[in-house]
Amino acid sequence: MEFRNRTLDNGLEVVAEVNPEAYSTALGFFVRAGSRDETADVAGVSHFLEHMAFKGTESRSADDVNREFDELGAHYNACTSEEHTIFYAAVLPEYQDATVALLADILRPALREEDFETEKKVIVEEICMYEDMPPFGADDKCRAAFFGAHPLSHSVLGTVESIERLSLAAMRDYVRRRYGPANVVLAAAGRIDFDALVNVADRTCGMWPSVVAERLVPEFEPIDQFLVVEKHSAIQQYAVGLAPGPSAESPRRHAAKLLATILGDELGSRLYWELVEPGLVEHAGLNHCEYEGAGVMMTYLGCSPETIDDNLRRVRDLYARAEREGVDEDELRQAKNKVRSRLVLSGERPRGRLFMVGGDWIVRREYQSVADELATLEAVSLDEVNSLLREFPLTRGTMMTIGPRTDVRPPNSLVGQAPRA
Amino acid sequence: MNATILSHVFANGLVLVAEPMPSLQSAAFTFLVPAGCAHDPADRGGLASFVMEMVPRGAGQRDNRRLVLDLDHLGVERNESVSDAHGCLSGVTLCENFFAALEIYADLLQRPHLPEEHLEMVRQIMLQDIQATEDEPAQKLAIELRRRYYRAPWGRPSQGDREGVESTAIGDVRRFVAERFRPEGTILGVAGRFDWERLKQEVDRLFSRWQGSPAAPADQAANRPTAGHVDHESQQTQIGVAYPSVPYRDDRYFEAWGAVGVLSGGMSARLFTEVRERRGLCYSIHATCHSLRDCGGVFCQAGTSADRAQQTLDVTIGELVRLGQGVERHELDRLKARIKSALIMQQESSSARSSSLARDWYHLGRARTLDEVGRRIDRLTRESINAYLAECPPRDFTVVTLGPKQLEMPDGVS
Repeated sequence: MEFRNRTLDNGLEVVAEVNPEAYSTALGFFVRAGSRDETADVAGVSHFLEHMAFKGTESRSADDVNREFDELGAHYNACTSEEHTIFYAAVLPEYQDATVALLADILRPALREEDFETEKKVIVEEICMYEDMPPFGADDKCRAAFFGAHPLSHSVLGTVESIERLSLAAMRDYVRRRYGPANVVLAAAGRIDFDALVNVADRTCGMWPSVVAERLVPEFEPIDQFLVVEKHSAIQQYAVGLAPGPSAESPRRHAAKLLATILGDELGSRLYWELVEPGLVEHAGLNHCEYEGAGVMMTYLGCSPETIDDNLRRVRDLYARAEREGVDEDELRQAKNKVRSRLVLSGERPRGRLFMVGGDWIVRREYQSVADELATLEAVSLDEVNSLLREFPLTRGTMMTIGPRTDVRPPNSLVGQAPRA
Repeated sequence: MNATILSHVFANGLVLVAEPMPSLQSAAFTFLVPAGCAHDPADRGGLASFVMEMVPRGAGQRDNRRLVLDLDHLGVERNESVSDAHGCLSGVTLCENFFAALEIYADLLQRPHLPEEHLEMVRQIMLQDIQATEDEPAQKLAIELRRRYYRAPWGRPSQGDREGVESTAIGDVRRFVAERFRPEGTILGVAGRFDWERLKQEVDRLFSRWQGSPAAPADQAANRPTAGHVDHESQQTQIGVAYPSVPYRDDRYFEAWGAVGVLSGGMSARLFTEVRERRGLCYSIHATCHSLRDCGGVFCQAGTSADRAQQTLDVTIGELVRLGQGVERHELDRLKARIKSALIMQQESSSARSSSLARDWYHLGRARTLDEVGRRIDRLTRESINAYLAECPPRDFTVVTLGPKQLEMPDGVS
């Protein structure tokens, strides 16, 4: 396993974890462009653009793009988050160069008017699909309430109105500003020919003109609030809670991951024993999500509408107790063993490593091998985990419930500033 | 891809089928137990899933907490599920923890406590699961489509129904385990880094005293095609279409699978191109082959705004019918490229392999190496697929829609 990296003259960085033993190769362009980089008049453009990339370039039609990926036997896709848009493919090693060339080309899409209008309909369908699945809308609404005026409040999908309003000119302008070479990392993992990788990157992206892309990273003051959103067609009642947590730059993010595992992992966590195992909820959990300059601890659960009040109280009590008494050494050991196993398992596949290698580089300009990750994880102390609970109390922040109930009251220690959203 | 498949059938009927993958650090196991939801008594829909929730709540010397804790300490990523034919318990962990994990699963399968004090909790979990499906229209439709397509007791939803779950008693749970958790018909697939001789010895030591065989399952068949609509308050209409296909163990399965690949494998496939890319009618559309042991089907599903649902259904059925006229060589070439890389990438996942090995054994009475699958794919030709399609063209469609408004059935759909 060897790490290699090179920066092209125009600023585009190429990073790779080379593993000659691997059967396959995973390749991805990581673009520092997401919903937080959007202004209100182009809400949803990052995600819409991700779709448009597959609709053709100056030299390829939409059919050509799809056909060529399939001819390479590629397992490929793209995804958009608040901070990044990622275009990736897993292929057999002999198709490395052809795959990079194709991915690079679609990062310069033609953006034809007719395709733009057709794809608008697909995006609207995607939004409607999530609207029919109530827990999905809830996290967007909660994020908006929690982050307030901060750009991390923006929804990745946008709204039906913002998508219908979006102009092609605005999208073109967005590509020009956000897809400059210094804002893009080409990452690779698996059986890589690194020199050939740099060559093909230079040949296909080396002429991209340099553009400086700014990102606003303002401070934000989280608000404590309890919100009730009515969705009368929903059968179950859902809750999403956001509390502040360590950001992507903070060395404490490792402790936050372990804390989330102890309190809210899908199996064997405190929330599991309190709510899931006894059948009080359909699902419940706690995740740590990290962003540039901010982090959140996200609580989520779904249950029968009549039990939401009791379940929210149980969550609040469970968090209050953790803040008061901390977690113990056995729980930390258990969490470390679980996370260790997951890291090794996901690292067995180049596809799994791609997201770690590319993600670490675009966020922190650092490379961490699986062994480095394991060592960092092992070094986290109980004190570090427990001090997080004091500094980032889980009983603070925004708690929102969505579903058929309109009369849900906040659990005691959460101050309800506005009972309805 | 020069993998070796090793297998052993123990005196009590338990099958062990394994493939060493020495380049990995993990080892994975998949137990298929002949305790699927097709064995739910008619008035106890959901019993197999109920049992699968009860089994991990204490076994052997461990109570429910100890069990979860010990598996967590061993870093076991575990999953339990229920299909028509099987209860499936699978897990993957680092190879040094593999045998300790297997020892715990020996307790789960042979000595589960099935504690009565957990019955109400599990009942609540089961009811929540049924209720949560109401908020997931695509899943709700998939359940309804399968139910209509296969003849009961096959094709029933593993989550069961409210009445069945509400009337399940501890005696039902214990009886089901006593009758169906038996070595005859149980298949253990193992893949990853392990020593075969040790594996065989350990499985023998842990399972040799397990005895018995379950009653034989009901015959498998598909129903006559029907059309139906489920009223649902939603923005989108979900559309499901199923039609007959050959089962996995049929010689022509790969031809059938290849034909479905032309419909729905990759983004240049016909359904994605015609329904989404050209017309922008939906976000998600796909078709897959599903196979019981003796019969199979192709299941196709799309979700789209209610006002465009009729057009989506018409275009989709049109594409299915057009498939009957044959596939093109370039479509097959792309498909082969995708399958070839998928096969090679399976070599990177011990869990994917362990599950394939066990399922292969159920369908074929042996497991295919990836190499053998690769050679069979090489033998696929445009002519062989078109000959299959001439013999078994997509027809006799079962169509189910779910949404605010019923659709008109296109010609040829009853």
